[in-house]
Amino acid sequence: MNSVNQALPLPAELPLSFRGPAPVRTVAGFGFWLFLLSDIVIFGVLFAAYAVLSGETAGGPTGASLFDRKHVLIETACLLVSSVTCGFALLAAQRTEKLATYFWLAATFALGALFLSLEASEFSAMIANGAGPSRSAFLSAFFTLVGTHGLHVSAGLAWLFVMVLQIATLGFQPMVGRRLFCFALFWHALDIVWVGVFTIVYLGAR
Amino acid sequence: MLGKLNWSAIPFDQPIVMIASGTVGAIIFLILALVTFKGWWPYLWREWITSVDHKRIGVMYMILALVMLVRGFSDAMMMRSQLALAAGGAAGYLPPEHYNQIFSAHGTIMIFFVAMPFVAGLMNFAVPLQLGVRDVAFPVLNSLSFWLTAAGVLLVNLSLVVGEFSRTGWLAYPPLSEIAFSPGVGVDYYLWSLQISGVGSLLSGINLTTTILKLRAPGMGYRRMPVFCWTALASNLLIVAAFPVLTATFAMLLLDRYCDFHFFTTELGGNAMMYINLIWLWGHPEVYILILPAFGVFSEVVATFSGKPLFGYRSMVMATMVICVLSFMVWLHHFFTMGAGANVNGFFGIMTMIIAVPTGVKIFNWLFTLYGGRIRFSVPLYWALGFMVTFVIGGMTGVLMAIPPADFVVHNSLFLIAHFHNTVIGGVVFGVMAGYTYWFPKAFGFKLNERIGKAIFWCWFFGFYGAFMPLYALGLMGATRRMQHYSNLDWQPFMLAALGGACLILLGIVLTVVQLVVSIRARHRNRVGADPWNGRTLEWSIPSPPPAWNFARLPVVVGTDAFWAMKQSPAGSGPGGEGAPLEALHLPRGNPTGVFTAFFAVITGFALIWHIWWMAALGLLGVLVVGLRQAWRTDSEVTVLVEEIVAFERRHAKQGVPA
Repeated sequence: MNSVNQALPLPAELPLSFRGPAPVRTVAGFGFWLFLLSDIVIFGVLFAAYAVLSGETAGGPTGASLFDRKHVLIETACLLVSSVTCGFALLAAQRTEKLATYFWLAATFALGALFLSLEASEFSAMIANGAGPSRSAFLSAFFTLVGTHGLHVSAGLAWLFVMVLQIATLGFQPMVGRRLFCFALFWHALDIVWVGVFTIVYLGAR
Repeated sequence: MLGKLNWSAIPFDQPIVMIASGTVGAIIFLILALVTFKGWWPYLWREWITSVDHKRIGVMYMILALVMLVRGFSDAMMMRSQLALAAGGAAGYLPPEHYNQIFSAHGTIMIFFVAMPFVAGLMNFAVPLQLGVRDVAFPVLNSLSFWLTAAGVLLVNLSLVVGEFSRTGWLAYPPLSEIAFSPGVGVDYYLWSLQISGVGSLLSGINLTTTILKLRAPGMGYRRMPVFCWTALASNLLIVAAFPVLTATFAMLLLDRYCDFHFFTTELGGNAMMYINLIWLWGHPEVYILILPAFGVFSEVVATFSGKPLFGYRSMVMATMVICVLSFMVWLHHFFTMGAGANVNGFFGIMTMIIAVPTGVKIFNWLFTLYGGRIRFSVPLYWALGFMVTFVIGGMTGVLMAIPPADFVVHNSLFLIAHFHNTVIGGVVFGVMAGYTYWFPKAFGFKLNERIGKAIFWCWFFGFYGAFMPLYALGLMGATRRMQHYSNLDWQPFMLAALGGACLILLGIVLTVVQLVVSIRARHRNRVGADPWNGRTLEWSIPSPPPAWNFARLPVVVGTDAFWAMKQSPAGSGPGGEGAPLEALHLPRGNPTGVFTAFFAVITGFALIWHIWWMAALGLLGVLVVGLRQAWRTDSEVTVLVEEIVAFERRHAKQGVPA
């Protein structure tokens, strides 16, 4: 066995787990998947807290009386479409087409920003009506869950901006490609979380 | 301008605190002066502080843990001596508000800043070597994880001098930890230091999980991985799944305290029991995050010092993974008294008994590995044998408390304290001490003094029994935890016995320092080669200490106990892949991103604790700038030329390798 030459390619039929260290792109993507899973656990805890506290309105307003579903539906549409544009951006980046990548990233940024501004207007209207997070445990849980998602979207927008600068200054080198791929994963994961928020918080409001 | 911070934050009126912190300050000053005087800064900065080498980071984790062990243990000595004195009408020497800070700091420090970094250090050091690879998946992230842990340590220790520490126990249960009942900065110190170090632990968990699943030497399929790597995998999977729960729970408590939210308050619908459920949803897996790698160390040690392959490799792996999953299904046994009802308590009681089964499987595997082996009674095996005896007792008292009606009787009594110290000292501490002694020669190229090592073991072993067996009895007599004084004079003899045991452990800790000094001074006589213990796994196939690149050629693995198989093969004891030509290697370059980020994290944390908002913004800006600087780094690798590798190998061969 000592004569086995590791420089020779190992036979393709060898099980994946025997083939030695995985390529950098696989490793980076896998690590980021794990990070996303841990992030989803955070949301899991916030969802659980919301489920426990959603009835604890302490005599204050309930979800049904506060939420404007039409408003939220537009928010949802913005975010879901932004996932599509983000996908197009990734495809354009794989073809190393700078202009198309910028265009789709800009569209993603605009939709994300629109989502955030709609959320901010919802929040500020609620706070103005005396339904801020200090009013009841229900509202604390609501603002924390939806606000944490909003914070993630804001971080995503900042990341997106940095990625545009990276493409502009560093070009499509493998490192930038890996980061763009991770950004896309992050952005899609926020969509999945939002589907949960829309279903449980807004459609489930009593 | 400075938020809540002013001169009254420094406890000039408390002589114990001032003397302790003055001494620590003087020691730190002397060390810094020595380093400056000797001109060691460039070396330290280049080779350690900015190092992204997993071996160096592992060693730094362990140094941090040993230093914090001294801090956490001084808290323990203060508690034991206070309770030895404060019987009947006596008040002892520690006032209640100080005593409360001491037991809170003791628990927090021992779990988060001793056990966690020690276990993380062992995993960082040994896992890539056992997997036969050159580094972890994300080396810069690894450095960041370490320095964030160090940032948490710094904040906790700062609370000794500036302000106060939490008085709410090691898990800061609300409503006591809410702003209404704990208006001081103690709980904020607790929360921010653990948030910062918790991010470090989470990133380290992601890093090591990726390493184990994606980076292994060619031929090392899952069923050929050393058991320590399996237990590290289980432990890091638990970190990835459980630490976010801690982060989210603390975030909710922080919102309650800073922004007038009502998650766990006593008013407007808050629910304190939700905190207790969530914190133990992290807390129980945490127990296994610490103990599973210790089980892994014992598996390596028992197999090595018996000269046999581990008995029941597959059942060991199965047991590890079963514990990994079940650890999320037992959290409620920490508070059967919540009143969830007989069915809920019954479910969690049964789950708790079931989780003891795979641990029992492991004990039998170790016993059968010893059976018929050529046993060498070296220090690591002492720890392993001491563990098997002690841990079984701790496990049995645990199963006793898994029965809800029995638990109601001993809940929050000293019986519980004795139980979990029984498993944490008998399991985790014995495990990390075994691992420390076992891998020390690999890290530094010389052995630790064997005689002192045995003395340390006996001190800890008898010290543990002396300190905690009386606590079992006291618990059954009705003594509760976290009491600062007691009126029942019948308890005092037991308390004095416990103090005696603690003194014996103190001797063990002192001897650990003595052992280090003696061994370092005699290092030239105690030099060892690559394989001082006649080991079985790949880390023993490379020089001690290993070169930065670990393996010049990636080894090719053909079975479990890869290195043992190589030694049995006629070609001799090489690491495999000998025929391959050497190639230039690309190693990650030293990187200050981790230490700079942690520096700004400390500033942010300190500012948030004291409500100095401009400073917090400045700290966050610093973190952002360091992050952006890192994003534009393109010189992240250094090339090691073939000539360097050849020169190293020639030098290593010339030095001679005493067996």
